[in-house]
Amino acid sequence: MHKGKLWRRIRPHAAGWLCASPWILGFLVFTLGPMIWSIYYSLTEYPLIRPPVWVGLDNYRFMLQEDKFFFNSLRVTTLYAIVAVPLHLVMGFLMALMLNQKIRYIALWRTVYFLPSVVSGVAVALLWQWIFNSDFGLANWLLGLVGIDGPSWLLSPTWALPALIIMSLWGVGGSMVIFIAGLQGVPQALYEAAEIDGSNAVQRFWHVTVPMVSPVILFNLIIGLIAALQTFTQAFIMTAGGPKQSTHFFMLHLYNNAFQWLKMGYASALAWVLFAYILIATLFVIRSSSLWVFYEGEIKGR
Amino acid sequence: MVTGVGTAARHQVDFRIRAGRLLARTSLYMVLSLGAFLFLVPFVWMVSTALKEAGDVMKFPPEWIPQPVLWGNFVEAFTQDYAPFGIFFKNTIVITATAVFGQLLSASLVGFSFARLRWWGRDYLFLVVLATMMLPYQVTLVPVFVLMKVLGWIDSFLPLIVPFYLGGGAFYIFLFRQFMMTIPLELDDAARIDGCGTLWLYARIILPLSGPALATAAIFSFLAHWNDFIGPLIYLNSVSNYTLSLGLRILQGYGGYGIQRWNLLMAASLFVMLPVLLLFFFAQKYFIQGIVTYGVKG
Repeated sequence: MHKGKLWRRIRPHAAGWLCASPWILGFLVFTLGPMIWSIYYSLTEYPLIRPPVWVGLDNYRFMLQEDKFFFNSLRVTTLYAIVAVPLHLVMGFLMALMLNQKIRYIALWRTVYFLPSVVSGVAVALLWQWIFNSDFGLANWLLGLVGIDGPSWLLSPTWALPALIIMSLWGVGGSMVIFIAGLQGVPQALYEAAEIDGSNAVQRFWHVTVPMVSPVILFNLIIGLIAALQTFTQAFIMTAGGPKQSTHFFMLHLYNNAFQWLKMGYASALAWVLFAYILIATLFVIRSSSLWVFYEGEIKGR
Repeated sequence: MVTGVGTAARHQVDFRIRAGRLLARTSLYMVLSLGAFLFLVPFVWMVSTALKEAGDVMKFPPEWIPQPVLWGNFVEAFTQDYAPFGIFFKNTIVITATAVFGQLLSASLVGFSFARLRWWGRDYLFLVVLATMMLPYQVTLVPVFVLMKVLGWIDSFLPLIVPFYLGGGAFYIFLFRQFMMTIPLELDDAARIDGCGTLWLYARIILPLSGPALATAAIFSFLAHWNDFIGPLIYLNSVSNYTLSLGLRILQGYGGYGIQRWNLLMAASLFVMLPVLLLFFFAQKYFIQGIVTYGVKG
């Protein structure tokens, strides 16, 4: 009898845990466990065919002192993120502003701009490798139309990284869609009030639109930053890190260490550095956001 | 009374405003058209190359309409003996279908648990779910690979499928939870009074009402598995187990530098993209819903 009563109390909780158990199991086996192992591996030398050998912090020392490619891969990845992410924000925002007007065939326009962002992976990388072909590619043909003699793109240490940035802008439709949703959430009354107060369109843009959409800018910034710092497939397929290491992204370096040279310990150390980098960059953006992101609730709360 | 002079002046101002607006409109349409051209021309370029003869690919300036139109490129891309695309296609379908199914099943069940059931530790665990969204996959890449090796799963589809049956990933759990929270709670009470068990409630009441969330999750899951590259790259060794992404890479590798057969490569790439594009045209609404849920409600 007692057992029955207890069971009745526990039962709803048991049901909850049971339904969540696939995730709990997955979290332990594929996330938490591997995280702990990853810390351990990062302190070992582990060539996969032999068991790990403890080396303490030597992997991290090697990274800072001897690895010729480490700082270069950090530099390439950072440069890419610093240029590509703001470009995405500005372009995505401008496109959203244009496609938030009353224009004809609005759905069709939006589809056109959104479409490229849904395709991804190796097929897209190959397409753009062909577009950037220096002799017969689309990019240089288009540049030729306006009288510019295009560079050799993926074969040039100067132009390979810009080529990858241009390619990434083709997928700007995703952030555009988020911006459109953000713009549609701005109450029309704010614009009317501002107009009555005698503001012009430029003032309304800077003092109504931008503050109201700033949380969405923050979101796109963080998502874009995290994705940019993990760039892999394009560089792997299109340039393999070259020419002259100019597109040797961090993730490429990690992949090579782990799966080309089977340096599992060192690759784990690199993964933790990448994690720390992403975390610090994200926290920095979030901390700075109190200066420029406006939350409606702040005023309502006063 | 308005004087004659005043009316004329007003007409003039009116005209200026209207002219200004017309100019703004025209330039808006011009910018949009130019942008649309730049966003679409890569697709046209791809189709054009895919239908050309090998010799016509290397012509500059390019010929946009292939002469002759060579549909045989698709056949040839499929019948290479070094890159059997028929097998890659089958493998990709098997992996994608099983993984998507598992991901939807388990993420919806877990999302249901977080949204509709009350249990000890629920809210703490949900914070953990959100925290794992921030964790880059690289951190667990090496140990999970080692785990798969210990299990003897390397060069099989299992590493690309089984993990998705265990929770299905934070983004999908979040998506289902957010949606299921909007379903009226009275439904649960009514079902309970009728003697409904928890699993019955999930399978017969909540899941059937979660159609839009299922559609959105299905699309994103499909895209992720269909286009996945690093997973197959790491786990699959023999060509007979390759997916389309890896197949494209073989095709690329066989060209070598300079003598790349771009017409075949573009035909194969187009083939890989086609299901995604078709899906997009039929379900654009859900693509947008998914992105917006993530972006604005998140």
